[in-house]
Amino acid sequence: MAVKKNTLKLKFDSSRNLAPALESKSVAKIAERYDLFINGKFEKPSSKKYFDTINPASEEKLSSIAQANAADVNKAVVAARNAYEKGWKKTSPKERAKYIYRIARIIQERARELAVIETLDGGKPIRESRDFDVPTAANHFFYYAGWADKLEYAFPNRNPKPLGVAGQIIPWNFPLLMAAWKIAPALATGNTVVLKPAETTSLTALKLAEIIQEADLPPGVVNIITGAGATGAALVNHPDINKIAFTGSTDVGKLIQKAIAGTNKKATLELGGKAANIIFDDAPLDQAVEGIINGIFFNQGHVCCAGSRLFVQESVYKIVLQKLKDRMETLIVGDPMDKNTDIGAINSKQQLEVINKYLKIGQQEGAEMFQSACSIPKKGFYCRPTIFTNVAQSNRIAQEEIFGPVLSIQTFRTEDEVIEKANNTPFGLSAGVWTDKGSKIFNMTSKLKAGVIWANTYNKFDPTSPFGGFKESGFGREGGLHGLGAYLKV
Amino acid sequence: MNTIPDFTISPRIDQVGVEERASRFTKRSIKNETKINGLKLALNMIDLTTLEGKDTDGKVKQLCYKAMHLHDVYAGLPTVAAICVYPSMVGVAKKALGDSGIKVASVATAFPSGQSTRDIKIRDTKFAISQGADEIDMVISRGKFHQGEYNFVFDEIAAIKEACGNARLKVILETGELGTYDKVRKASDIAMYAGADFIKTSTGKISPAATMPVTLVMLEAIRDFYYKTGKKIAMKPAGGISKAKLALHYLVMLNEVLGEGWMNNEWFRFGASSLANDILMQLMKQRTGLYQSGDYFSND
Amino acid sequence: MSTKRLTVLKTYKIYIGGQFPRTESGRYYTATNAKGEHLANMCLCSRKDVRDAIGTARGAFGGWSARSAFNRGQILYRIAEMLEGRKAQFIEELMLQGSNKAAAENEVTLSIDRLIYYSGWCDKYQQIFSSVNPVASSHFNFSALEPMGVVTIVAPQQYSLIGLVSLMSPVIAGGNTCVILASEVKPLCSVTFAEVLNSSDLPGGVVNILTGKVSELLPHLSSHMDVNAVCYSETNATAIKMVKENASLNVKRTAIYENEKWMDEKNQSPYYINDFQEVKTTWHPIENIGGAKAGY
Repeated sequence: MAVKKNTLKLKFDSSRNLAPALESKSVAKIAERYDLFINGKFEKPSSKKYFDTINPASEEKLSSIAQANAADVNKAVVAARNAYEKGWKKTSPKERAKYIYRIARIIQERARELAVIETLDGGKPIRESRDFDVPTAANHFFYYAGWADKLEYAFPNRNPKPLGVAGQIIPWNFPLLMAAWKIAPALATGNTVVLKPAETTSLTALKLAEIIQEADLPPGVVNIITGAGATGAALVNHPDINKIAFTGSTDVGKLIQKAIAGTNKKATLELGGKAANIIFDDAPLDQAVEGIINGIFFNQGHVCCAGSRLFVQESVYKIVLQKLKDRMETLIVGDPMDKNTDIGAINSKQQLEVINKYLKIGQQEGAEMFQSACSIPKKGFYCRPTIFTNVAQSNRIAQEEIFGPVLSIQTFRTEDEVIEKANNTPFGLSAGVWTDKGSKIFNMTSKLKAGVIWANTYNKFDPTSPFGGFKESGFGREGGLHGLGAYLKV
Repeated sequence: MNTIPDFTISPRIDQVGVEERASRFTKRSIKNETKINGLKLALNMIDLTTLEGKDTDGKVKQLCYKAMHLHDVYAGLPTVAAICVYPSMVGVAKKALGDSGIKVASVATAFPSGQSTRDIKIRDTKFAISQGADEIDMVISRGKFHQGEYNFVFDEIAAIKEACGNARLKVILETGELGTYDKVRKASDIAMYAGADFIKTSTGKISPAATMPVTLVMLEAIRDFYYKTGKKIAMKPAGGISKAKLALHYLVMLNEVLGEGWMNNEWFRFGASSLANDILMQLMKQRTGLYQSGDYFSND
Repeated sequence: MSTKRLTVLKTYKIYIGGQFPRTESGRYYTATNAKGEHLANMCLCSRKDVRDAIGTARGAFGGWSARSAFNRGQILYRIAEMLEGRKAQFIEELMLQGSNKAAAENEVTLSIDRLIYYSGWCDKYQQIFSSVNPVASSHFNFSALEPMGVVTIVAPQQYSLIGLVSLMSPVIAGGNTCVILASEVKPLCSVTFAEVLNSSDLPGGVVNILTGKVSELLPHLSSHMDVNAVCYSETNATAIKMVKENASLNVKRTAIYENEKWMDEKNQSPYYINDFQEVKTTWHPIENIGGAKAGY
């Protein structure tokens, strides 16, 4: 027969573009200016400085955000310390729980508003902020609320005690959800909090401050201060902090670990990753392709546990690649506020530049680049879904975290070979394995050096499920029972 | 020649994954002209079906009239794709439809159970063809399939295909009796390699009938077959699709799994009886802005 | 002609990969008792010995961590048995290093008991610290412990036997391998303990014991990029700061025990094992076909 194998391509005609289905912005009440949330009130920054936060999808300014300096950080820490000593640590656990439940409930009530603001400020598709970020954030508060009066069952005979004031620094990829991951366990264990959101995505954290006010949480128990790296550094270095919880890059994580070396501050670090996603020839291939897509294109690839290194067994490499490319053509890239958008805007101009730099590096290194043919908006920061084939383990695109919708693909022949390649990285946050054979799954999941392993699935999260890395991906766990220990003396 | 795969091993399907993927299609928001075009297309893909013991000439004639006159209610509407009846009603339907262009599909092969001899199944098929059927909807022998007699199932489909002559053959897997997605996939592969023009989910007599995940598994089988052989196979989910919104979800799925080449009634059908009316109601709602009542749409 | 028999003195060497080499540096220092009297010449290890020991520990990690928990428990028990058999020698060495007889006896018996204690934990701590997590989707999700890898340990200067045993046992019970820098001031029984290890079915390289100066070797023990965790147990703010700073080079885990009293049974618990464990969470879909639900 004349038909050559594996050359056929399906046609995904752009004439069938879906009509716009825009989420309404009217529910999003964004003030012109936001101050610092200290001691239960919004206060002007002593720096008197504000910075702009923009919508990365349109590059339009959304609001002005206060820039906290060292004096503001101090004010927030003092407020948190007072709240801890004078009230919160003496508040009965079951009452503490009820405050946290309240927060969870209000997040649910204001879900739509939060989703819209999350998407406007951060660029992620409204479908994701609506169906994932906001509900999961609420669920985290629900989950940890219940722990507040049950801690002695988590650590039998240890009489667990709170640490004191927790300084928390979160990234821009899941702004509200990361705030929930940090605040919920800290409060449940009886600590007070000073939280700093990332400078490009402060809005939902400030909305959370409003919710915290609405929940009548005692002043100072949660303080939210905004600013860039210098603000974070001031928080890390403040002498009256007992605990640092940081999610962000490995570089900054190392700086923090070093900075607090001479102190008794405890730390939890959730750092970078370069996860292997491994497809065996006996995998459920169509679901595996979905896993690849979800692994690297979820949230524009701005995910520390993204499956950014794909390993495909050679015997199914061609068919997997063919399916993957066809699937990529169906991804809709564009306005994050459109309910049909699969891949929204890159979070910032700076991040887009980083991603573009790696696209160049990949090509210079001799890897073959493929991007889907979709159109992307003229204004705003966008990147087409991208895969690189013909990648070597030594290529930078196979080693360094890109934090964008960019996948590097390698092949392998045997289990031993892929285990070695997968573990051959300083990172160890997550990994994926696809095979129908149970005993192989357990071999793989026990040998892969990573804190979270998805077998026949990828990028799943749950409040009950501990999350965190091996090696340079950080230490400590967030979520589940194991997430409590990070905020307690046991 | 294509090599026929070893049907004892088929690609694996992960149930949770396939259901998650299927539910993703339902998250697409279909609005305005996309919705109107989609509804019209769905209407045009319907195999308007009556498969009851109590079917009469009169009932079949009424159905045929309706199939030809949808545009009476709403100008500019296409017709449905086909009328689907038992072999004994093929002659009546053929006559009633005249030169409308609407095809007549006939179930055959001891529908719906398929529990008969091959000889009878072939004669059943040939009778329907002789009455003028354009398409034959056969059922596979699920009992033999569950016994692992894949060659028997394969040969039977090939034999019916031969009996069909120029008529297109739809092979009903009766997915509700197969139990797992893995078996749906295997049965799809057997049917396609044996010569099916369509693969079809269900008879409509067994619950569950068509579901989105089952249809997705079959669409992916069609895609793999196309990748391997370059040959297109058509798809027909049947039973349980009675709402316009659900039909639109199916079309989104079709569009994103197989693409533009399958987005017409040569390559995709809905086996349905009450879907047409719901589509009409939705179209009317789009036009008038008013939610509709069933009282204004004839039930045939 | 004198008939007085000359005592054969013991050469104290280091322990790497199940062998007893001398330091590659060829240097030595003198171990003395409290009065400053010469006890023995000890290897003054160099950074290269540290490097070699860490490489050896890394090589032994795969095999040791893959041993069944039951087998690790048996080996720890065997170490205790061997120590019991050589009790007298340890008491003697501890006394040479300044302990009185009662204290020395107490330290040795406690060390034996501590080994037994952790031997028992080898196949139990996992059940204490693991969890099955009730996620809200159709997935089976569980968190289980895994050893961190290679751990460097600076043994306490006082209580040189019980301190070493208290730090080593939870580390290897949990499937890690380690490099231990013995007490600088009381090194004798550390090397003798290596002989116990070597006759206890413990695979070579799982525990490696060096002697030398903390000030010289601590920077290397804490900065080596192939070390996963570092354990330090003195109250020395400068040293602790250095350990933690060096740890940041590759995000090492640090376990600093400043207030532990190793002679106290309060300072033995599975939490010391947990300090050198990673939590790994695994997800897998759960098939749930149609109506196939349990009906009872």
